[in-house]
Amino acid sequence: MGRYVIRRLLQMVPVFIGTTLLIFVMVWGLGDPVAAMFGDRTPDPATAAQIRLEYHLNDPLIQQYWIYMKGVFQGDFGNAWNQQPVTDLLKTAYPVTLRLTIVAFVIEAVIGVALGVFAGLRRGRFFDTGVLAMTLIVVSIPTFVTGYVLQYFFGVKWSIVHPSVGEGAPFKDLLMPGLVLAGVSLAYVARLTRTSVAENTRADYLRTAVAKGLPRRRVITNHMLRNSLIPVVTFLGTDIGNLMAGALVTERIFNIHGVGYQIYQGIVHNSPATVVGFVTILVIVFLLANLLVDLLYAVLDPRIRYA
Amino acid sequence: MRGAKSAKWVVGAAVIALAATACSSSDSDSKDKAKASSGSSDGIVRAWWGDPQNPLEPANTNEVQGGKVLDMIFMNLKEYDATGKAQLEAADSITTTDQQNFTIKIKPGLKFSDGTPVTSSSFVDAWNYGALVTNKQLNAYFFADIDGYAAVHPSDDPGAKPTAQTMSGLKVVDDTTFTVKLAQKFSTWPDRLGYKAFAPLPKEFFDNHAAYLAKPIGDGPYMIESYTKGSSMKLVPNPNYAGPSKPKNKGVLLKVYTSSDTAYADLQSGQLDVLDDIPAADLPHVKDDLGGRYLNQPAGIIQTFSFPMYKAEWNKPGMEKVRQGISMAIDRKTITDKIFGGTRTPAQDLTSPVLGAAGGFSDTLAGDSVKYDPVKAKQLITEGGGIPGGQMKLGYNADSGSHKEWVDAVCNSINNVLGNNKACVGAPTGTFADFRNQITKGQMSQPFRSGWQMDYPLIDDFITPLYATGGSSNDSKYSNKTVDNLIKQANAEPDVAKSISLYQQAEKQVLTDMPIVPLWYQNGQAGWSSKVSNVKENAFSYPIFTDITVN
Repeated sequence: MGRYVIRRLLQMVPVFIGTTLLIFVMVWGLGDPVAAMFGDRTPDPATAAQIRLEYHLNDPLIQQYWIYMKGVFQGDFGNAWNQQPVTDLLKTAYPVTLRLTIVAFVIEAVIGVALGVFAGLRRGRFFDTGVLAMTLIVVSIPTFVTGYVLQYFFGVKWSIVHPSVGEGAPFKDLLMPGLVLAGVSLAYVARLTRTSVAENTRADYLRTAVAKGLPRRRVITNHMLRNSLIPVVTFLGTDIGNLMAGALVTERIFNIHGVGYQIYQGIVHNSPATVVGFVTILVIVFLLANLLVDLLYAVLDPRIRYA
Repeated sequence: MRGAKSAKWVVGAAVIALAATACSSSDSDSKDKAKASSGSSDGIVRAWWGDPQNPLEPANTNEVQGGKVLDMIFMNLKEYDATGKAQLEAADSITTTDQQNFTIKIKPGLKFSDGTPVTSSSFVDAWNYGALVTNKQLNAYFFADIDGYAAVHPSDDPGAKPTAQTMSGLKVVDDTTFTVKLAQKFSTWPDRLGYKAFAPLPKEFFDNHAAYLAKPIGDGPYMIESYTKGSSMKLVPNPNYAGPSKPKNKGVLLKVYTSSDTAYADLQSGQLDVLDDIPAADLPHVKDDLGGRYLNQPAGIIQTFSFPMYKAEWNKPGMEKVRQGISMAIDRKTITDKIFGGTRTPAQDLTSPVLGAAGGFSDTLAGDSVKYDPVKAKQLITEGGGIPGGQMKLGYNADSGSHKEWVDAVCNSINNVLGNNKACVGAPTGTFADFRNQITKGQMSQPFRSGWQMDYPLIDDFITPLYATGGSSNDSKYSNKTVDNLIKQANAEPDVAKSISLYQQAEKQVLTDMPIVPLWYQNGQAGWSSKVSNVKENAFSYPIFTDITVN
């Protein structure tokens, strides 16, 4: 298994280089960032030339990428256009998004699995149909609609919570955005768990466990859930990355100054250093989350082995 | 056993994952910040803010959000009052006998908020810093009128090195006096000095630049108490301020919002006091929502679209009729009402109503050329030989500002007049950067959207940069000797009224040639909570924060 982990970690290197290069090229293709700095005014050629020189914009693209990557490996992600080091932005934005992701993830995992288990055990009954209908509705409404609607009713109309998240993103302010962000995934988790549970209730080993006279709680938690949760864990794992990236919309609605906000600012202000820096970290999160999921299989089902 | 062993590896991987993703986040730190920004705010005005695009240096700030702060923390030699007129503030007197050599005396005893004195060197050093090309200041061109600018800022050849570090036209006489020699006669030049690029800078700016950027220091009504980049800035009254606009509140908290929709929700629920960017979707019901606590007034911004005069097909004889005709085919009134909910005012000249009639604004100058007249429009376009190639593509950037709606409406209006639904179509470019890049390089072959936000409320700022040959923002590369001569005469004319009338003659010539089509003036807007009163906006459409009182 150690060899497997090392091999997986090594595989990340080409993926990492490929993604960063792609993003670098794409941001570069958005147009001349110096032209945008001057707004609706024609850039003064001498000043523009000095700025181009500072950011190596006259060098070939591949050389710019090389200069950038050299910096990254020394812990220097370059500067955003307002001269703020991107590492500072990373340090302030990632913890905020991580908090939001944790809130969303907990909501998604706990409520999603619970709904799924209860629905699966009561297949075809009223509760099950209700969960199916509800999740269908949630899946079909886009995040920004749920976001604005909840914000309007809970924040503006009834004044139950603040419509926006305060500075420093305290956990209590993150509950509503967390719920909005978790919404769609929660529905998937519930449906996935339900199907898996419903299938396994008729499995031979469950009948054996019941026949042995084990208490119902033990049958469900140790025998049924352990097997039913494999697809759910796969989904939850890969969803961590999705939640962090998907926070872009939610963060904008609820005024959360996290990763999504910074990437948006980076794109709007055409700052390659910001966009590439943030996406690079996101790529690492994705890769590690996937690795974690693969490794968790072995814990859930010892029959799965790694060569 | 197998499971336990695997679990060990999972924990190991989890540790790596956490180390890679979890950056230091100290809880106590964020709690302090939360306290600073919410809760009861004792006489403090909480206002909407956007993240400034550039570092907060006077000569490097060319957008509204950074400008808002500079407006609060700096007092210039002159300042513009609520009507846009330039009044002496830091300066005691600005005198000249030949419209070219100026003697500037500053008021004695002025201090920056850090206690250091404001002297003539504070201005001279700041201006020299702003002009020097190696300092890469976006507003360097503001100093271009001063003698010796070419030596510190060689602009013809992008690779040229400066041959001097300071401008020869600036001389310090004593602590409170300095002289300015301009490259040529320019009678209204002192009125430009209210623009924030001309702000004085304290010693710290030059000695410890990083510390200055973290917390800029000025001589204005407010000083910065704390600044958390990207999220908020707290300003309190500056005890050393000696100017006329003393703050009537205990401070201003500028809060950075990710979107103005969220800010609007916060305004309605009482988390925010002043919002000067009402989201387009909320315009129809903003008056009801806020119970009349809303203002909507013209700002110093005009929106236009430009023809590429450097393309033969748009500039051949007879085309002026086509360009005039296109302008007359646009139903500005209906578009500003329907698309912009009345937050634009149909354009009647090339300036802005904030100048006032005395400043050169005229609602009759453009005459029929901006009036919607379908019959005349069609006739002019046909007489001029029709739209080149039978179709015009109106270029805009699709990434911001919902330009698509009005571009489609303008095209629709033109198409209706010509009875041809292919005569005008919108042509989006993905990003603003790409769009501006093509314009700057002179690569447009079709008309494209353009706009102008004034730097200072003077008619010269609406004419010279845009229509003089080689003007700094003459995107259509328009050139007309008559216009150039009139501008030159106007600059040298010592009598202000005569000077303005010369600019207006130049404007009239531009409107006849119509290298750009004036569309509408943009309005400044603001909504406020019931917690504050006396919210007004100045000519730059910034809220006048010093006058806001907390109830």
